[in-house]
Amino acid sequence: MTEEMIIAGFGGQGVLSMGKILAYSGIMQDQEVSWMPSYGPEMRGGTANVTVIISDERISSPILANFDTAIILNQQSMDKFEKSVKPGGVLIYDPNGIIKHPTRTDISIYTIEGAKLASKMGNPKIFNMIVFGAFLEVKPIVKLENVIKGLKKSLPERHHKLIPLNKDAITMGMQNVVKASI
Amino acid sequence: MDIKEIIKPENLVYKKTELMTDAPLSYCPGCGHGTAHRITMEVVEEMGIWEDTIGVAPVGCSVLAYDFMNIDMTQAAHGRAPAVATGIKRVWPEKYVFTYQGDGDLAAIGGNETLHACNRGENIVIIFINNGIYGMTGGQMAPTTLPGMKSSTSPYGRVIETMGHPLKMTELIAQLPGTYFVTRQAVHTAAAVRKTKKAIRKAFEIQKEKKGLAFIEIVSNCNSGWKMNPVDANNWMVDNMFPYFPLGDIKVDGELVK
Amino acid sequence: MGEVKLMKGNEAIAEAAIRAGADAYFGYPITPQSEVIEYLMVERPEDRTGMVVLQAESEIAAINMVYGAAGAGKKVMTSSSSPGVSLKQEGISYIAGAELPCVIVNVVRGGPGLGTIQPSQADYFQSTKGGGHGDYKLLVLAPASVQEMADFVDQAFDLAFKYRNPVLILSDGVIGQMMEKVVMPEQKPRLTNDEIIERYSDWATVGKKKSRERNIITSLELDPYRQEAHNLKLQEKYKKMEENEVRYEMINCEDADYIIVAYGSSARIAQKTMDQARAKGLKVGIFRLITLFPFPKNEINKLADRVKGFLAVEMSAGQMIEDVRLAVNGKVPAEHYGRYGGVIHSPEEVLAALEQKIIGG
Repeated sequence: MTEEMIIAGFGGQGVLSMGKILAYSGIMQDQEVSWMPSYGPEMRGGTANVTVIISDERISSPILANFDTAIILNQQSMDKFEKSVKPGGVLIYDPNGIIKHPTRTDISIYTIEGAKLASKMGNPKIFNMIVFGAFLEVKPIVKLENVIKGLKKSLPERHHKLIPLNKDAITMGMQNVVKASI
Repeated sequence: MDIKEIIKPENLVYKKTELMTDAPLSYCPGCGHGTAHRITMEVVEEMGIWEDTIGVAPVGCSVLAYDFMNIDMTQAAHGRAPAVATGIKRVWPEKYVFTYQGDGDLAAIGGNETLHACNRGENIVIIFINNGIYGMTGGQMAPTTLPGMKSSTSPYGRVIETMGHPLKMTELIAQLPGTYFVTRQAVHTAAAVRKTKKAIRKAFEIQKEKKGLAFIEIVSNCNSGWKMNPVDANNWMVDNMFPYFPLGDIKVDGELVK
Repeated sequence: MGEVKLMKGNEAIAEAAIRAGADAYFGYPITPQSEVIEYLMVERPEDRTGMVVLQAESEIAAINMVYGAAGAGKKVMTSSSSPGVSLKQEGISYIAGAELPCVIVNVVRGGPGLGTIQPSQADYFQSTKGGGHGDYKLLVLAPASVQEMADFVDQAFDLAFKYRNPVLILSDGVIGQMMEKVVMPEQKPRLTNDEIIERYSDWATVGKKKSRERNIITSLELDPYRQEAHNLKLQEKYKKMEENEVRYEMINCEDADYIIVAYGSSARIAQKTMDQARAKGLKVGIFRLITLFPFPKNEINKLADRVKGFLAVEMSAGQMIEDVRLAVNGKVPAEHYGRYGGVIHSPEEVLAALEQKIIGG
């Protein structure tokens, strides 16, 4: 199994940390992982994206032009990455703020109302975990227990009390992901 | 009385410190470097710290200081001696580390390294020979060249409007909390040499007690660069250099005294 | 086996320096390698091993601190990125001239000038042909993974002390910024001061005992004949490195018709190209350089006898290609491909170049 994905959105949406938790989860189930961020000033306010690869085999290129899955969280990223999804691949996006919705018919497209659900849950910071839950529902490549283990590993001890909240957010995402009809 | 009867231990009034090698000094006759080298090495010998002292030589006339000082030494790139000394001192904090630098090295190209080593309060000794000119490269203008003073790159005299003011590096670094002892001395008379040697001793004692950075400027002459004989050069120094770079302590025990 | 961690390449370098038993790190922040000093400052290596970490006032000061501490027999490292490494060149030339051991890391970004903070491999010439003034060479290691970022630090120190020569770890923004699984080496103890004096007091400024001659760290020799003799000695040393330290990895070269020569992140990208090419029935292999100097010229020359062509893939306008061509010596075509100025080529772009420039041509 090799999953090549990109997570793209605004800086501050938790794009990079979502990728990091995914990578940690992969390590927890003894897989090879790579996490390659866009870096630099664009991280603060502009677009941010991260390429994450999880594989049973040694990973070759951490730099990719085409992806099995794209998680897209703003319009700029939609413009840039909709075309980069491999035929038969998956695109998951939060429609909040999206003006031009994806139109491809050769890929599976899902929506998750991450921003709305996060504010409903009273904590905009768990937005990324809701989206992450949506991804796990569509592509269960890592087990939830390994995600929790990964969270424990990636979060400093003082934040471990937030793990149940994150778990709830993931569940929320899993329950609310919707297959979009083009 | 024959000479062999005179050369007896009980008649010995002066002996060169073993911490100066037998290599003939490459400095011009009348230059202050030889004296400044000697008293520095005498202090190291008298304190009994030669096995633990590491010197840093600059670029300039005293680039070959390591030919004359009989201790372990590192020759630094132009201006970088305070950074090199920082590197040594940080990994050997129990050793005594000093730099020996001229005005071009310390105040021009190495201005930043000097400022920051002083600001960090590196526990080192900096000995700064200021003769207002670049000696080794043939008498070019230094940051400490006096207004109107001629050099090969200020052939009609230093013009303040276009060449800037002589830099009082010593007063400048005395303002920094990291410096503990800052003084300006000279080596042109026996009395001045005694005072300078006392200051160098004090500087090394400060390093021993880990109190901070000790900085000793020695105003000196450059009779070759100034195109004078040694006596005239020293007189010119007293008349012209000393008024701009007045001798005396500037900071003692971490407190400004001037 | 140690604990598996997920780390950035830059963090792995920093942790590996502590574990290699380094005595000091002197650095100055610059993107994309600031995580090295940031990680060290968080980790407080002075508490863990007694290692000194100091943020210098400039790259120039940092490399000169390295010069001082390395000359005093200690294990020291610095790191920077391209513009900062340019600033360090004066100091590196002195260190090479004075024959001091140290490790320098360059996490390369695009240039020239202030350039871009995005990844690049355009410092190949600077790294392998000297970099500063005078005839000298650095031993250059090119990691292609976060694991190698960690593993090469200790190896670099060993090589630096073996040859008393600066060793450069030439990385780039991809390898520095990406996170991968890494197994950290075990903690090596730092040498004690007594051990350092015992091992290195024939050259290092560790304090002159009355019983020995003074040690002088210098790169100055005013007598040209003696300077020439010193240069000959250096050249002899570089020749020894060429004889003994060439390192490379050959992937699927046994049956290959076409070889991609690459190092660092380009070697990783090219592996995907290789997979794509092989899926199309094209027999492509990878020759991955691990040492850039010494360059594996004999191995590439031999390979040229049995393949149809070489593509040198590097994120530069064509630097390594010159060494590849010298090694191939006209036996078969050798061409360059690479995006640069901070743009990273994709595996697909490399494949297109291979088909167009080598296979098609």
